[in-house]
Amino acid sequence: MDRMNEQEFIKQVDRYLNGEMEGAERAAFELHCRENTAAAEQLATHRLFLLQLKEHAHRVAFKHTLAAAAERYHAGGGSAVERTEPLIVTLWNKFKVNSLVAASVAILAVFSTLWLSGYYKAIEKTSTNYSALRRDMNDVKKNVNAQNAVIRNINSGKPRDDRSVGSFGGTGFVISANGYVVTNYHVVRGADSVHLQNTKGESFRAKVIYIDPTNDLALLRINDSTYAPLKSAPYTFKEAPSELGEDVYTIGYPRDEVVYGQGYLSSRTGYAGDTTAYQISIPVNPGNSGGPVLDSKGNVIGIISGKQTGIDGASFAIKTEALLKSIAEVPQDSLESDLVISKKNALGGLKRTEQVKKIQDYVYLVKVY
Amino acid sequence: MSKRKSIVPESDAATLAGVASGDAGSLEGLYRDYFPMILNMVVQNNGTEEEAKDVFQEAVIVLYDNVKRRDFELTSRLKTYIYSVCRRLWLKQLGSKNRAFRDVAAYEDVIVVEEDLALHEEKDLQFTLMEHALDDLGEPCRTIIHDFYISNLSMQEICEKFGYTNSDNAKTQKYKCLQRLKKLFFSATK
Repeated sequence: MDRMNEQEFIKQVDRYLNGEMEGAERAAFELHCRENTAAAEQLATHRLFLLQLKEHAHRVAFKHTLAAAAERYHAGGGSAVERTEPLIVTLWNKFKVNSLVAASVAILAVFSTLWLSGYYKAIEKTSTNYSALRRDMNDVKKNVNAQNAVIRNINSGKPRDDRSVGSFGGTGFVISANGYVVTNYHVVRGADSVHLQNTKGESFRAKVIYIDPTNDLALLRINDSTYAPLKSAPYTFKEAPSELGEDVYTIGYPRDEVVYGQGYLSSRTGYAGDTTAYQISIPVNPGNSGGPVLDSKGNVIGIISGKQTGIDGASFAIKTEALLKSIAEVPQDSLESDLVISKKNALGGLKRTEQVKKIQDYVYLVKVY
Repeated sequence: MSKRKSIVPESDAATLAGVASGDAGSLEGLYRDYFPMILNMVVQNNGTEEEAKDVFQEAVIVLYDNVKRRDFELTSRLKTYIYSVCRRLWLKQLGSKNRAFRDVAAYEDVIVVEEDLALHEEKDLQFTLMEHALDDLGEPCRTIIHDFYISNLSMQEICEKFGYTNSDNAKTQKYKCLQRLKKLFFSATK
């Protein structure tokens, strides 16, 4: 093939490859290539070369676009080198949540352990030296009583009485002979039922009709068909402040028998300067709470409420003045009959033994279940 | 190899299409999504930011070369592919410079990309040859060839552009240029 022919041939190939040939011409060209191996080879080479040429061009274009894109991206400031944090920071970030959880679990464990072990109760206990004199009839005694009852039942063959044993005990005394009795609020606190037992061993059901937690007072009403109203109480109530050194005594139930205690008024204020109470020097024990404090003339000057732990002879009695004020607050609607507070003193001039004999019928053992 | 289920997310497929057509937006997207990861890898392994840019750019071209292949199929997430390619490229570069490589363990998944890189190298070689051939060809031949074969201009237009008096002259000139280019290219290949 000479040069002119080759040039012409390439021209035809270009037209052929560009799809510019039509019908007969195209068929003729294809026939020519099939018959002529040299032409066919030239066609293949040319086609391949053009392919490479085009690929090259595309690649150039692509690189251009890529470079432009890279430049735009890097110019956008998105290429800041990532900070490589120190190991300790990485670890902290990784285990932050875990350590916080662990810390809160530890705190929880510490405080719940302290709480469970009674640490806070101990603090509360040591922070106050005041001790309310409610008698706790403990489990041992309860068990012993139950056992004794069983033994008695075996011996006697009698059916076992269903009277359960009181959990707490205190003292109460008649304020109005038609069935009203006062005691301390802490004695009847949380009571399911309250029973009053007199010195003869008779027991009456009673109802708490008024409580005054601030002054630690409660008003009960005997609510029992077997109760026969008493004559009016032999003692009167003295609201005027009593003098230091006054000879005073109390009657209460620190055990199941009535117990007499004697002493003197030692301070006009109660625990921590409480002006609604006296400090008296009478040996009192749990169970004395709610008992009346009387002077030598048979006037009730207060009501035993507690004592200071760790100090000998420091007992406290709520003043009669506070008692009467509190009683006056009782809503009249809640009373079935009027409170009749005795105005006539039948104890003046009597010997102490006589006084006590008369008073003891009006002092009850308060049993709380 | 058995038939693989396509695990390529839609977004990756779209990006690949964009790369194949040389879409600037897709390329910028590649940078936005993957360049920080590569930058980190290179910088943590004795490299500079500039080197990271080079590595990433080459990786995108590797991707381009392979996407152009008719039977190309992504066998992992695009992220993994790019990371693997860049890691390979950077290792090679470090090996040639005797610098240490301490890739952070399990930093990213790595897949085998040797074949793809081989293809890229072959294309790169051809590209370089063609580039040299075109350079040696010189002007105005280069432009004439480009205009006719790539831009698909007619001989008449080329004639006017270069001020040839008649199109026959232009045709002869084009033919001569093409023959010379072929000679340059094929002699270099052999």
